[in-house]
Amino acid sequence: MENNEPKIACFMCNFAFCQTEMRIPSNTSIARVNCIGRIDPVLILEMLEKGADAVMLVGCKPPDCHYIEGNSQAEITVKVLKKLMCLAGLEPERLKLLWYSPIDKKSFSSYTKEYTEEMRKLVLSPIKKAVSESPLMINILAAKNVASEFRLRVLLGREKELTESVNVYGEKIPIEEFNSLLEEIVASEFVQQKIHVLTQTKPLSIKTLSEAVGMKPATVLRQIVNMRRRNMMTLDHIEGTTPFYKALEVK
Amino acid sequence: MANQKIGAVLVVGGGVAGIQASLDLADSGFKVYLIDQGPSIGGVMAQLDKTFPTNDCSMCILSPKLVATGRHPNITILTNTEITGLDGEVGNFEVKIRKRSRYIIEDKCNGCGICAQKCPIEAVDVFNKGLSKRCAIYVEYPQAVPLKYMIDREKCIGCGTCYEICKAKAIEYDQKDSEATLNVGSIILAPGFEAFDARLKSEYGYGRFQNVVTSIEFERILSASGPYGGLVLRSSDGDIPKKIAFIQCVGSRDFQLGNNYCSAACCMYGMKEAVIAKEHTPSNLDCTIFYMDMRAYGKEFDAYYNRAKDEWGIKFVRSRVAGVTEDPRTGNLFVHYVEDETPKTEEFDMIVLSIGMRPPKNVEALAKNFGIRLNSYKFCETSSFSPVDTSKPGVFVCGAFSAPKDIPESVAQASGAAAKAMSVIASERGTLVAPKEYPPERDVSQEEPRIGVFVCHCGINIGGVVNVPELVEYAKSLPNVVYAEANLYTCSQDTQKLIREKIQENNLNRVIVASCTPRTHEPLFKETVQEAGLNPYLFEMTNIRDQCSWVHMHEPKEATEKAKDLVRSIVAKAKLLKPLKKPLINVTPVGLIIGGGVSGMTAAVELSKQGFEVHLVERENELGGHLSTLHYLLDRDDPKAKLNALIKSVMENDKIHVYLGAEVADLTGFVGNFKSKIRQRNGEQKEVEHGIVIVATGAIEYKPTEYLYGKNPKVMTQHELEEKIANGEFGARNVVMIQCVGARNDERPNCARICCGQAIKNALKIKEVSPETEVYVLYKDLRAYGFKEDYYREAATKGVLFINYEDERKPEVANEYGKIKVTFWEPVIKEVVQIEPDLVVLSAATIPNPDNKRVAEMLKVPLTKDGFFLEAHMKLRPVDFATDGVFLCGMAHSPKYIEESIAQACAAAARATTILSKPTLEMEGIIANVNEDLCSGCRICEYLCPYGAIEMKEKDGKPIAHVTEALCKGCGACGTACPTKAIIMGHFTTEEILAQVKAALVEVEA
Repeated sequence: MENNEPKIACFMCNFAFCQTEMRIPSNTSIARVNCIGRIDPVLILEMLEKGADAVMLVGCKPPDCHYIEGNSQAEITVKVLKKLMCLAGLEPERLKLLWYSPIDKKSFSSYTKEYTEEMRKLVLSPIKKAVSESPLMINILAAKNVASEFRLRVLLGREKELTESVNVYGEKIPIEEFNSLLEEIVASEFVQQKIHVLTQTKPLSIKTLSEAVGMKPATVLRQIVNMRRRNMMTLDHIEGTTPFYKALEVK
Repeated sequence: MANQKIGAVLVVGGGVAGIQASLDLADSGFKVYLIDQGPSIGGVMAQLDKTFPTNDCSMCILSPKLVATGRHPNITILTNTEITGLDGEVGNFEVKIRKRSRYIIEDKCNGCGICAQKCPIEAVDVFNKGLSKRCAIYVEYPQAVPLKYMIDREKCIGCGTCYEICKAKAIEYDQKDSEATLNVGSIILAPGFEAFDARLKSEYGYGRFQNVVTSIEFERILSASGPYGGLVLRSSDGDIPKKIAFIQCVGSRDFQLGNNYCSAACCMYGMKEAVIAKEHTPSNLDCTIFYMDMRAYGKEFDAYYNRAKDEWGIKFVRSRVAGVTEDPRTGNLFVHYVEDETPKTEEFDMIVLSIGMRPPKNVEALAKNFGIRLNSYKFCETSSFSPVDTSKPGVFVCGAFSAPKDIPESVAQASGAAAKAMSVIASERGTLVAPKEYPPERDVSQEEPRIGVFVCHCGINIGGVVNVPELVEYAKSLPNVVYAEANLYTCSQDTQKLIREKIQENNLNRVIVASCTPRTHEPLFKETVQEAGLNPYLFEMTNIRDQCSWVHMHEPKEATEKAKDLVRSIVAKAKLLKPLKKPLINVTPVGLIIGGGVSGMTAAVELSKQGFEVHLVERENELGGHLSTLHYLLDRDDPKAKLNALIKSVMENDKIHVYLGAEVADLTGFVGNFKSKIRQRNGEQKEVEHGIVIVATGAIEYKPTEYLYGKNPKVMTQHELEEKIANGEFGARNVVMIQCVGARNDERPNCARICCGQAIKNALKIKEVSPETEVYVLYKDLRAYGFKEDYYREAATKGVLFINYEDERKPEVANEYGKIKVTFWEPVIKEVVQIEPDLVVLSAATIPNPDNKRVAEMLKVPLTKDGFFLEAHMKLRPVDFATDGVFLCGMAHSPKYIEESIAQACAAAARATTILSKPTLEMEGIIANVNEDLCSGCRICEYLCPYGAIEMKEKDGKPIAHVTEALCKGCGACGTACPTKAIIMGHFTTEEILAQVKAALVEVEA
């Protein structure tokens, strides 16, 4: 019999975790970590890729954090991941960051029940039906690659420092400015990674890529130019007047 | 002390002109400060793909000069620098500068580029004209000099990643702008030009239609290191175009825009871009050039034009394009134009706009700072007889800032400006510079060969075809190779440092570079190994680009195998390399100049100002040459007065010895030590010694055989007309001028350059002395380039009728009952027209001096097919011969206007000064050596040596071959012929050559 209950993967910080309160629904599985700031964005995408319908991160509410500010780092991770999930075609609601403490009046299990209820409203994760080369799987793979990109991780790691304290020039970057820069970078990284995944198996033309990523050929060309500069892509061959590009292995 | 002269020169602008001026000054014993606003030198030439008319790779010929400038001990390059103030006067200026912060400690940055790999922020790549991106920390291009990264402060978010990652600890975020004062004796301005903003020509759709690009963007598109890797692509969809239109004169010859002048270089670069685009496109590309006049006026340019038409099949349409529209579905473009008075429309995949040159940005501030006057177009004001002088004494100009011009003209002007800048401080030569010193040479005679191999990717030039990592691994497997590695560009400045380090670390005693051509790059690498304490002849080079990756572009596997063969064989040779000594020779600080026209005289005066004695030999009984036939000039300057002043300054100069009615009968010797016999009027021969020769033999006017010339007194040449007007004998009411007589035909395919200007000049003069006279000019292309376009316009405004003719329908001149009749096709009304003029004036070509052949043989220098002298390199060595110590200038080089001859004459003087200013010269070490014990005295070598470098000397009663080291060019003919094998050719010994070819043919076991 097919289980139609949404499967929820839950990562929980050591200090939100309390043995006695664990009367949680069977659809939710919990993994304990020291601090919720430990959760790598790639890991979350990995869970979604493996078939989890939703991922829940549970940590201590700022400003409390037993590891000073791991929780606010998790906030940044979630912010970017939701953007990536949108780009990949997954509802951002499938990721939830919950602030919880064992001394809260509301029990943890009622939170999980509520979230399960919410998730029931969404259809089951489309990934379950997706085959390996389907657009969704390619999107998830691309999103994972974005999340493991050095460039993006630098920005995630420095966001607090740059927007709350000062940068190397002693200037503070307004959070709105930083967010719009981040958005722009995530979007362009996602397209590049998607093109990269698509051209790993066989060389493709700009026309085909443009249809696959839903962007104008001119935009795809600009991304390819940038990818060639970054040694992610090479010209494979030319058919008539159309060049075909192939992904290079990224070192 | 305020009037103490300073032996240093400030050069403003690091383009090819500024670079050439700096090198000439620095090689002549002056300290040079080369400043540029940008982060690196190279200018626009660094952005170009190929150069006309030789199709040489721009970066390949520029890069050695960039590196030489960067390495020169007498040159200080100051980048990101602006002038903020100027004080003082000629001989002693105080220049205030501000250097913008790079946020990088230049001395520490070694250009490794790790920072740019890790920088999270991207920005628009200005060098690639916005077609690609770069990081917020960047260098403009891989071969940039200085190869120092820079932080784009506008874009940088200050994340600090580069600081963490930089191993050299070169990042300095709190680096401030710095100010300084430079003390110099003279100044050269070479700020270049700004490209016309094509958006202002909105009817061509640039900025609105994606597939309309500018010519500079197209250069980047064509470039192998550009955004598309050298493949021509449409911005709209990334497809390879099948049909490209080039629209000429965008922002030039445009009265409405106020840019009435012609930008002088666009016709040639447009043609070149079309040719190269065809080369870079796998399928058959259709190129059409829309032009008004095809101004291929330079040396060998028309030959290129003919090849573009005939061999490359480029279409040329004479029409000013009215507008461009786009099909928004396909991104294709429609060119709307009028041909044969009929409106036409043609569809293209892509359009390239040949944009013109504008004065540099902030030109007013520049002019104000230096106190110089600008002309009406805001270029630097100069005059025919002072082409490199600004209005301020001690401040000189060169390159596009004085007028739009191409690279060789800029280079010649740059050397010319260097001559002028030196002459005002000649007394201070050598006071602020130190000779280059090398570490003592390591004795490797007792060591086993330890070979290091450096393989160049050359961007994608090599790496895109040859599997470089595989080649490196292969090299490592070869006997005696102890080190091998790949470089992105082995010629870049940082790699030189790396090679030196690897020599030390691995105790290398032979070094091999597998890259491009030794012709351009070997001196650089030799110097590098010398800096590491190795004899420079322990270096070898193999060409895996020109002779491998380029020719086997479509066979990467085979190319890789061939590259292995080439590397293996050069390794086999390198094992046997022996150190060689470079002979030192003395220099006689005296010049010999052949030809006493304006060029020869100018060169003589300039050399005398540098403090050198000059022998000036003129075949005629008077000085003046071609200039003495001129009575007036386009710019209304008085040529007679100027000529007389020049002759006076020559005759009264006690450093210049003038020989009139004389010729150089014989010339022997070599750079620094020439001996000439001057045959004088009275039959006497005088022998003189000199260190250099400047050829300034000029040119002559063609005596036409066409159009009844010589058969009817009403038919005359432009010179004869000028004479007539000057003598007040002009009275015609109807004049027809016919252009291109004796030029641009099968016999002489090239343009004679000055006839269009001459015709305009005489037409204007006629309108001045006799306004009611009708003047018709029948022309093929009206080549009034640069600011001469103004005079063309003036003539047209004053009623001179310019009528185009094509080769298929040349005008006809007939004699009918004493009356002369000219028949020609009028293309506007499309009818044959016949008129009966009072005068037919032929614009006769300027053709080479018939004596050139004799002089060329005597000097052992080449001539072009046309019979003009052929310089060492058409682009970057316009006044040098390949033979050391011999230079050329003026019309001996090709027809040219006075200001161009004068600039070249000054240039030849500057180039000569780089030799004459040195007491000794270091010669090439690859020369013949005679084993006297084996020599049989048979004289075969003496007979065979084409340079006269071998003479027989008596030793112990028998003749023994003796090599004059400075004359020997190392060809090896003597060594091959020697019956007793007594002659050894250094660096190319029989053993070395045999080892090389054996290894090439048979794979040796590792």
